[in-house]
Amino acid sequence: MFRTVETISAYYANPQRFMRLAGALHAPLWGVTILVFAVALYMVAHVPDDYQQGATVRIMFVHVPAAWMSLFAYSFIFFASVTALIFRHPVGHVAGRAAAPIGAVFTLIALMTGSLWGQPMWGTWWVWDARLTSVLVLLFIYLGYMALWQAIDDHGQAARSTAILAIVGSINVPIVKFSVDWWNTLHQPASVSRFARPALHADFLYPLLMMALAFTLLFFALTLTRMQMEILRQRARARQMARLNEADD
Amino acid sequence: MVQQQVFFQAVSFSDKLFLQAEDLACARGARDVFSSLNFRVNAGDALAVYGTNGSGKTSLLRMIAGFLAPRAGSLSFSGEPDEQAEPASYCHYLGHADGLKANLTVSETVDFSARNFGQLDTMIDLSVLGLAGHGDQMVGDLSAGQKRRLMLARLLIAPRPIWLLDEPLTALDTQGRDLIETLAGYHLQCGGLILAASHEALNFATHQLTLKRNHHAMVAL
Amino acid sequence: MMGIFMSLCHQHMLLAWRSGHTTLIVSFLFIAITLMPFGLGPELALLRKLAPGLLWVVMLMSLLLSLDRMFQADFEDGTFDQLALLPMPMELIVLAKSLGHFLALFVPLLICVPVAGLLLNIDASSLPVLMLTMLMGAPALTLLGAIGAALALSIRRSAMLTVLLVMPLYVPVLIFGATGSSRAISSGGEIELATLGILALMSLAALFMAPLAAAAALRVALR
Repeated sequence: MFRTVETISAYYANPQRFMRLAGALHAPLWGVTILVFAVALYMVAHVPDDYQQGATVRIMFVHVPAAWMSLFAYSFIFFASVTALIFRHPVGHVAGRAAAPIGAVFTLIALMTGSLWGQPMWGTWWVWDARLTSVLVLLFIYLGYMALWQAIDDHGQAARSTAILAIVGSINVPIVKFSVDWWNTLHQPASVSRFARPALHADFLYPLLMMALAFTLLFFALTLTRMQMEILRQRARARQMARLNEADD
Repeated sequence: MVQQQVFFQAVSFSDKLFLQAEDLACARGARDVFSSLNFRVNAGDALAVYGTNGSGKTSLLRMIAGFLAPRAGSLSFSGEPDEQAEPASYCHYLGHADGLKANLTVSETVDFSARNFGQLDTMIDLSVLGLAGHGDQMVGDLSAGQKRRLMLARLLIAPRPIWLLDEPLTALDTQGRDLIETLAGYHLQCGGLILAASHEALNFATHQLTLKRNHHAMVAL
Repeated sequence: MMGIFMSLCHQHMLLAWRSGHTTLIVSFLFIAITLMPFGLGPELALLRKLAPGLLWVVMLMSLLLSLDRMFQADFEDGTFDQLALLPMPMELIVLAKSLGHFLALFVPLLICVPVAGLLLNIDASSLPVLMLTMLMGAPALTLLGAIGAALALSIRRSAMLTVLLVMPLYVPVLIFGATGSSRAISSGGEIELATLGILALMSLAALFMAPLAAAAALRVALR
């Protein structure tokens, strides 16, 4: 299994081959994404109102998948960084850089929808509950990764440094989750209501999973598109460099 | 003429010493600096490396020091018992920057340098560097020429076969130039080898390499 | 090898001390603590309650701001190239410098914490516990900070970027350190073994893993 994955990834490590694959996948992937979104939104629109939370429960269908995606995107960056560093696949660096802003936006959406959802319940726009806090720290992790890409001038150095950062951050994420959960159980007075989740029976579960699928596809479609853009940009730069080099001779 | 034994560790490097580059290529980011570089430097040789700015002189020296990896080709080094050793153990690299700390005195600099290299029982006579009596002076207060001379201290402290000098004559005063020529001479006599990037002529050079993208030229002097 | 390690550590300490860095970092601690009552009000009971957490956070921020001095100076004056040529692996060089950083900067902070704590009306009998938790977390904080400092190495004015990179790494240490101190203090100075144990575990893990990451990052910047 690993050999197959390794062979496949080695095959597509070549940017040109990757671009051919990306070109072929681009339109179908977006098509499927839009389709699944349409189905998911239809299902969400027809979900019965929760007797406890009324219509606001629908925000959950954005909040929960967004939170899942923020973690998924970071795992993607982790795997891309490992592939890039250990197997020396240049496409891995491109993948990480492309996925980061998308992951960050999902994180922001998770935070804002979480706040919107909770506000009627808590009477305040923010609580330091375990999940929201962990997601907030995750946002800073994304920002640090993107800032490091931005700050280093030399592309090769930026790629390698950010890959190391992503790996270190990935080890950190579960530790932060564990710490924040522990911290939350200690400090939580009994009166504050927890982030109540609606009962996960079929009426809610299927639309939720459908939205999660839609978000995942959207992530891949956006990341693929951004990767294509980045590789094209690098090619343009390399061509410009080659022209300058020839002019020097 | 100072006795060799007094100030320069009389080490004999292996006479099988050589440094060879085969089809070496260097890239900085997206830019190809040079390619198809082939040369061999033997024990007792000093190779002066010339080329325009950006031709890769510094990159070549840093590549030999092990700081950056070649894009293609290979570098081989032989003549020491432990041939698989890291470049760190057999190179000295003197770059554009001094590598000196302004907040240390001259004596402290030399002392730390010795201890950092693990050469605890090596004593350097500051008069060799032309810095006699400046032992307690802060490095930050030295003139540029004095600092460049102090930089040469590490060559005396730790005997290593390959010296990589990046623009060694820059900012050196007359005393400093004499010093480095003397040191280089002794080093070559001991069987070491030198690669020096420069814009000026180097009296101790035995060979000359001109870097130019992919058509380089090497001559013996 | 040990001689080289101690020499590097000693050199780093001496330079940090001589460049006035120790004084600056201690000043920052006192400035930040002095600002607290202006922001929170001078009510002593409130300050006493908040003191352990405030001290932890301010100590953390002081350390964060000092991190860019760990490797940056060497990179700027060419010493870093020389470090790479020493007969010692980069991982050990990171440890040596971290130890030097800890001794030159963290220890003075630690010594000043009781005084700053008294400014916040902290109960004097709880100070030993507070300092013990800080000491337990110190290796983790220094070494995790080294990772951030190493990653941001070749960037000019990298202080804020280093803070951003290191902040998520500090969150778990802060949680266990501050909460542990608060609970220990509110229970009358009894030491919370569980939190101390976790802090020690984090420090131990950082001791083994952080030098690997920091050395890798330093090698990347070496080119």
